[in-house]
Amino acid sequence: MTEHLPVLQVALPLVAAPLCVLLRNRHAARGLAVLVSWLALAIACTLLSQVQDVGVISYKLGGWAPPLGIEYRIDLLNAYVLVLVASIGAVVFPFGFGTPEQGLREGQQHLYYAALLLCLCGLLGITITGDAFNVFVFLEIASLSSYTLISLGRSRRALTAGFSYLILGSIGGTFILLGIGMLYMMTGSLNIADMAEQLPLVSGTRTVWMAFAFMVIGTSIKLAVFPLHQWLPNAYSYAPGVVSAFLSATATKVSYYVLARIIFTLFGAAFVFETMGLQRLLMPLSVLAMFLGSAAAIYQRDLKRLLAYSSIAQIGYMTLGLSFANVSGLTGGIAHLFNHALMKGGLFLVVAGIVYRIGSSKIEDMRGIGRSMPLTLAAFVIGGLSLIGVPGTVGFISKWYLVLAALEAGSMLIAFMILASSLLAVVYVWRVVEVLYFPAEQDPSSELKDPPWSMLIPSFLLIGATIWFGLQTDLTAGVAGDAARMLLEVAE
Amino acid sequence: MSETVGLWNYWAVIALMMIGLYIVMARDNLVKKMMGLSIFQVAAIMFYVSMGKVTGGTAPILPPGPDHTVLYDPAILYSNPLPHVLMLTAIVVGVATTALGLSIVVRIYEAYGTVEEDEIVVLDGEQP
Amino acid sequence: MSPSTAIGLAIALPLLGAVGIQLTGSRPNLREAVTIITSLLTFAVVLTLYPVVTGLAPHNRPELELLTVLPGVALAFQVEPLGMLYALVAAGLWIPTGLYAIGYCRGHDEQNQTRFFTCFALAIFAALGIAFARNLFTLFLFYEILTLSTYPLVTHYGNDDAKAAGRTYLGILLTTSVLFLLMAILWTWNLTGTMEFKLGGILAGKAEGPVVAALLALYAFGTGKAALMPFHRWLPAAMVAPTPVSALLHAVAIVKAGVFTVLKIIVYVFGIDLLGRSGASDWLMWAAAFTLLSSSVIALSKDNLKARLAYSTISQLSYIVLGGALATAAGILGGGLHIAMHAMGKITLFFCAGAIFVASHKKNISDMDGIGRAMPFTMGAFFLGSMSIIGLPPMGGSWSKWYLAMGAADGNNAIFIAVLMISSLLSIGYLMPVVGRAFLFPPKVSEHSHGEHGHGEHGHSEHGHGEHGHGPISAWLARIFPGFHEAPLLCVAPLCVTAIGCILLFFYAEDIYNLLLPITQSAPAVTVER
Repeated sequence: MTEHLPVLQVALPLVAAPLCVLLRNRHAARGLAVLVSWLALAIACTLLSQVQDVGVISYKLGGWAPPLGIEYRIDLLNAYVLVLVASIGAVVFPFGFGTPEQGLREGQQHLYYAALLLCLCGLLGITITGDAFNVFVFLEIASLSSYTLISLGRSRRALTAGFSYLILGSIGGTFILLGIGMLYMMTGSLNIADMAEQLPLVSGTRTVWMAFAFMVIGTSIKLAVFPLHQWLPNAYSYAPGVVSAFLSATATKVSYYVLARIIFTLFGAAFVFETMGLQRLLMPLSVLAMFLGSAAAIYQRDLKRLLAYSSIAQIGYMTLGLSFANVSGLTGGIAHLFNHALMKGGLFLVVAGIVYRIGSSKIEDMRGIGRSMPLTLAAFVIGGLSLIGVPGTVGFISKWYLVLAALEAGSMLIAFMILASSLLAVVYVWRVVEVLYFPAEQDPSSELKDPPWSMLIPSFLLIGATIWFGLQTDLTAGVAGDAARMLLEVAE
Repeated sequence: MSETVGLWNYWAVIALMMIGLYIVMARDNLVKKMMGLSIFQVAAIMFYVSMGKVTGGTAPILPPGPDHTVLYDPAILYSNPLPHVLMLTAIVVGVATTALGLSIVVRIYEAYGTVEEDEIVVLDGEQP
Repeated sequence: MSPSTAIGLAIALPLLGAVGIQLTGSRPNLREAVTIITSLLTFAVVLTLYPVVTGLAPHNRPELELLTVLPGVALAFQVEPLGMLYALVAAGLWIPTGLYAIGYCRGHDEQNQTRFFTCFALAIFAALGIAFARNLFTLFLFYEILTLSTYPLVTHYGNDDAKAAGRTYLGILLTTSVLFLLMAILWTWNLTGTMEFKLGGILAGKAEGPVVAALLALYAFGTGKAALMPFHRWLPAAMVAPTPVSALLHAVAIVKAGVFTVLKIIVYVFGIDLLGRSGASDWLMWAAAFTLLSSSVIALSKDNLKARLAYSTISQLSYIVLGGALATAAGILGGGLHIAMHAMGKITLFFCAGAIFVASHKKNISDMDGIGRAMPFTMGAFFLGSMSIIGLPPMGGSWSKWYLAMGAADGNNAIFIAVLMISSLLSIGYLMPVVGRAFLFPPKVSEHSHGEHGHGEHGHSEHGHGEHGHGPISAWLARIFPGFHEAPLLCVAPLCVTAIGCILLFFYAEDIYNLLLPITQSAPAVTVER
């Protein structure tokens, strides 16, 4: 049984999704979705511990040996991302259990869970597979279901947000498809490990360069690397609360994983950074994202939109870590993948709880609600501190590695910029904290209270994790460091 | 010269891509945008299909021989079947994307009463 | 109880106290009991560590390692002399401040008292964490906790003034700490590969010349709590807080956390040798001297008593930074002594300012004419506290100034002796008029009419001061001293205690001296003969 865990990881949610549709009952569908997400987490944790014990796991789908057959190949990096995606799913799916789903038409709720499960399946599939074309297929599964999920939002703007994400996402996906095709032309293989072995022989050809460009740009659209981030703010601010939490914590993170895989495993750091000089483009863009994303967040009037712009800045930190191409930087980037998922997922859940109570995500409607919702306020403050990078939270750990990487690369300027951009986070986080904390002229209705426990517990699980992993970093920075050394082929 | 002209299939792919992208960018009508996106995706499909074609090659189907065996003749040139098979999946993805996109367009029409992007922007500005 | 347990307990007690206060919030008497008991216990536990520190060699100090955060970076505590001193000051002064805060809040009928006392306990928790930090990471962690836990205290009144002050407060403290202090810590880590405090410094041999000076600048300005100009604005801004907050936090816990950090980093990260040899701290002496003099001058111009005390605090903090920057044994000792001396003196002054405010609602010095006749205890204590701040014997403050001057002489920086003297004269100029007006000037007529104090945030307070209803003891005191109009007993008693403390410190300075002596061992021999 345990040897089939890799395929079960993907197959369980894939099978459960149509079951949800067949059940036609929202309670049953929700129960099934929660159950599957917990099973997926259990599988992912088992896989991670197996990888830590025995090294890389290679699973031959249907018994066909690679490079002809499809291989699921799990090393430290993707086991780590699997755990992240599965645990976000396991925490987010039960959010608000027992309360009506927000903004869904009556009788369609079971379809919503089917889409969530498909999205989970797609994200896990992208992560686990060792086959390039399989990456594309799972990417489209995840994307198509996330377009659906986003356009389920209450406002009609959710529809336009979903539509423009669909356009940009499909272009990104097609770019990746073209890139994979060109690589197949040059190597005759679709297995990533096999391709990586053959690529150095042909790395001087223009086809490979084109393939590289197509794949990096395609992934960057999905990752919302500045300036390809246009779809993200609308998508996250108009999607239903749980969907924003789930997607912000997983979709961009998986795209980051794909980008790291393309750069380090497929093409190799030497080709990417020395021949192509990607860091000359990526580093300035990352720094711009850090500043412009945070600066835009300061001026938002909608809390979800504010968090969305903050995500663009945080993605800047992740790609900055990648562009250093040293162990500290990559560790920081990969650790921030995990850390940012925890804090942003947690914050979006907190906001979903607020929206549940007051029916709006506008900051001005939240005046003084911290008095009647003390736990919500506390959770928001902790999550916000984590975004700032206060020591004792996960944000600090990421910043620690990133600044160290900048110092190791000899760039004092970048180090200062990382720290200075986190001061912008102080501004946008504290702006909201002030609104929540200080009493309003007329107090909000006295019936206002914290959201139900079924919402508070998931929020606090993620928010609490930002503190826990801020002090106990074996799973985050520890594994991230090992993964970074593996990708850069540096000995301990 | 012959190299440039001989690779006409790639020129076709590039032309399709550019036409598709241009429509996506330049058209305000959401249905036309979806058409552009489809053309763009078809370009990728054409790219794979032409890639698998081997000049002079035939369809990679082995003729049946006696007693339920198949005949394999190394002298016959076959096209590469793998890219073509991959494209079955890509076509499915493309159809799904188009279906989803069009259904969102329908919902947008129900909500806004129009599928013109500039009018939607105006409507959104009026009622945030 | 083993020393390691004591460290853990000393830090955990205020945290548990905060939880206890939160849980008993609905019953004020029980809640106040929790505050008092926790503060007494904390001080007792800190005291048990004192003989351990004085008795042991530097390499054998009690430690407590909680967990490893990153490879080579642990959340760990260690008791060393300087930290011991700061812990004693913070925990010791929590007791009178706790009592005073109870008297003040009740006399003043404050809102949100549970939150107030919870954050108070959290601030002490952070202060003790800073005091016992074994490495830069732990120090930085608790430094930020201190900033954040005091934010609700600074913005206690929740009005627009408080909000603006909160922004200045958080803005400056977070900006400096994240931009400069964290940068300095990471740079140190990059250079040396360690974060642990080590006597004699960890940078020696790893950094030279301009790098040392740049690092020192990052540390000195990064420690915004030390209020070195131009990053001093938060301190006067934070004075919108209730007076007990100003007393404990802006005379003891926060500002002393800042100067303590600077001293600790000079002694344990740079090492006195390195600084003395390389001259990297020369500019810091001048920066400190500038802050010292200019804030004294600004203090002269302030009519609001708390604002004047705030600028006085900025000036006095620079004494300590100057002591560190001199990088001589006597300078460090003087700086260390001044942490204790100034804390005791300044907390007395803040207590007095609060007591005056509770009893008569006066904030401005120009309104305080003749107030000493109605409040002889308060103003007597103010006089003693002022003497200590100025540095006149027989007050504790005289010793620290003496050693600071010695430190300046040792390092051939005699000009700073002149700076110290001028500043002392200036402090006479801004403190003595308050006492003079209170005792010598005739009272103004409208003393008992409260109409003139239209401060919106205090509009709710009734005339419930002085002889009206503050328990049997106050009533009894009011009967035997009929002319007096003192604040409630819980306000007056603590300030009398700390004023006496100022005198006692004069006689017990030698103990502090002996406590601190080991940290200067790597410095040139102490030439001061006592």
